[in-house]
Amino acid sequence: MTIFTRTAASAVALLALTLPLTLTATAGSAAEPIKIADVIELSGTGATTGTNWRNAAAMAIDEINAKGGILGRQVQMTDYDTQTNPGVSRAQIQKALDGEPYVILGPIFSGSVKANMNLAQQAEIPQFVGAQAEELTHLGDDYLFRANLSQGAGMAKIANYIHDDIKAKSIAVVWVNNDFGKGGHDAILKQMASAGIKIAADISTESGQADFAADVVKAKSANPDAIFVYSNEEESARFLREAKKQGVAVPLVGETTLLGQKVIDLAGDAANGARGHVSLSPDAPIPAVQAFRDNFKKRYDNLPDHAAMQAYMAVYAIKAMTEKLGKVDSKALAAAFHGGTVTPAMEPNVLMDASWDKNGDVDRDSFLAEVVDGKQKIVAVLPRLAK
Amino acid sequence: MGDLIHLITAGLATGAIYALVAIGFVLLWQTSQTINFAQGQFVMLPAFFVLAAMKQGGLPLWAAVLVGIAASVLLLGVGFKKLIVDPMRRHGVLPLVIATVALGLLLEESTKTLFSAQAEAFPALVPSTTFNVLGAPVSLQDLSIIGFAIVAVVALQLFLTRTTTGRCMQAAAQNPEVARILGIPVERMILLTFVINATLVAIASVLISPIYLAKFSNGGALGVAAFVAAIVGGFNQIRGAIVGGLLLGVVSNLAAAYISAQYRDAIPLILLILVILFRPRGLAGRAEERTV
Repeated sequence: MTIFTRTAASAVALLALTLPLTLTATAGSAAEPIKIADVIELSGTGATTGTNWRNAAAMAIDEINAKGGILGRQVQMTDYDTQTNPGVSRAQIQKALDGEPYVILGPIFSGSVKANMNLAQQAEIPQFVGAQAEELTHLGDDYLFRANLSQGAGMAKIANYIHDDIKAKSIAVVWVNNDFGKGGHDAILKQMASAGIKIAADISTESGQADFAADVVKAKSANPDAIFVYSNEEESARFLREAKKQGVAVPLVGETTLLGQKVIDLAGDAANGARGHVSLSPDAPIPAVQAFRDNFKKRYDNLPDHAAMQAYMAVYAIKAMTEKLGKVDSKALAAAFHGGTVTPAMEPNVLMDASWDKNGDVDRDSFLAEVVDGKQKIVAVLPRLAK
Repeated sequence: MGDLIHLITAGLATGAIYALVAIGFVLLWQTSQTINFAQGQFVMLPAFFVLAAMKQGGLPLWAAVLVGIAASVLLLGVGFKKLIVDPMRRHGVLPLVIATVALGLLLEESTKTLFSAQAEAFPALVPSTTFNVLGAPVSLQDLSIIGFAIVAVVALQLFLTRTTTGRCMQAAAQNPEVARILGIPVERMILLTFVINATLVAIASVLISPIYLAKFSNGGALGVAAFVAAIVGGFNQIRGAIVGGLLLGVVSNLAAAYISAQYRDAIPLILLILVILFRPRGLAGRAEERTV
């Protein structure tokens, strides 16, 4: 046997020995789950909306896994509680990144997103957030994507509603003094100025505030044609209860949160008559949305809110876009979402057409709604801004 | 004028809750030198007992309220005294204060884990009807809170001044050594004050939760407000707690409406500082006196 023959035989033998190992390793990589980090408000003032978000995301992932996962790989989600605290949220994002996730879901609170978004950006991991504060998508972060309409988009629609439908000449603005509230406050004041509507009273309230007697008195005594309420779920419910107690007669108008199911549940009959714009609604006249609502109710014994829909649609949008790409690659996913669109034709559970612009802002249909007999009733469907 | 009437009525309703909780502070201090910094959490918890009795036990509201009060008496009255206060009291006031701070945190986190981190709607005892008084909307809910609080305070005063047990409690508070010589079961009297405190916080919880909603984090602010009310009124007199509570409720509302909504939480603390500086015994308290 020549040296060449011996060497070739040795190489073949070595190949034969290592081939099963290589195959095993390849098979292992294919079976490795796709990791999603869910950094969300599970306690603190954002617990209500955060829990809805987490539950819907978990439901979407269970459905996806039951149907074979994404590109044949199972999806594994880990929850990280921000405690509705920006500092904690930053630590939790860092912890989540240590687990090398494919994408990050959350948080919802704008203050938390602002505190942690640069960590996901540095790690080049796409982050889908429920935050609405306008500035977030104008900070040059290519990895931040909204699951919710921005305040600018929402307030433009609510301003038209106040001007055209309610025909208000003056409004009182009641807002929560946090990043979310400040952003909404600035946006609505800008829109009201454009529409020529006077601000009769400008009332800031605190996150976690329990007693709204003085705030309602101030709003009432300004004699506005409508009161615009922009706060988080629990505070919105308390405000509605106090407004009913004080016999407020002018329309109470809100943007998304005020008409959320949790607010309706907490406020009881005090929520009746509240009206405004909702970016997403489980009562939307879309069969896929109603099927989602029924499945969620069956699984969790409560109705989903807008945050639940955002999370559910975001998970399915990630699935649709990943399958379109044909690979699990965080950087490529972020690039695909800029200027990308997902439709129910691509994946039925994205529920509605949705597009993301170069900044990461989402655009889709939204709704005008009113609370009637303890339920959100959709009055009109508003088209996407880009339509 | 209408707004002022409404602000005062709503402030009195909130102040009545502060007063009930502040009375508890005074009772525990007078009989056992216990400053209970878990008092706010004690107000938060009974609402969840009531909700659990309604949801898991299927009880109607009135029965669930009775269950809630019974559970509070057992856990926040007898349990609190036997498990926390008795072992810690012999080490002095400060270790006991720290123990109650820890207990407050434990109760918050346990409620979050066992019940929910989310706010829960709590059924109102009375319908949310509004009356018009001199052009001001006055709600039946506010009036009922004030009414229930008055009934609770009057009943407590009658018990303390017109019954043998009540007088024994007063004796035990004023001079426990002499009370023991006179054959008064001082330890039992102290236990009774813990039971009364647990009943008062349970009543406060049932009255305030329809407005504040039931939430694990509700206790902190309430506890601080009631503590401030007790000091402003006079920490050694029940009447001081009542005056302090009502004053704080009204001042907070008026300050939020007419001075600054942003600094509403600071106003009671400014009031506290002024009272400590210029009338340390409190507005209705007496110097060096100990009575319940």
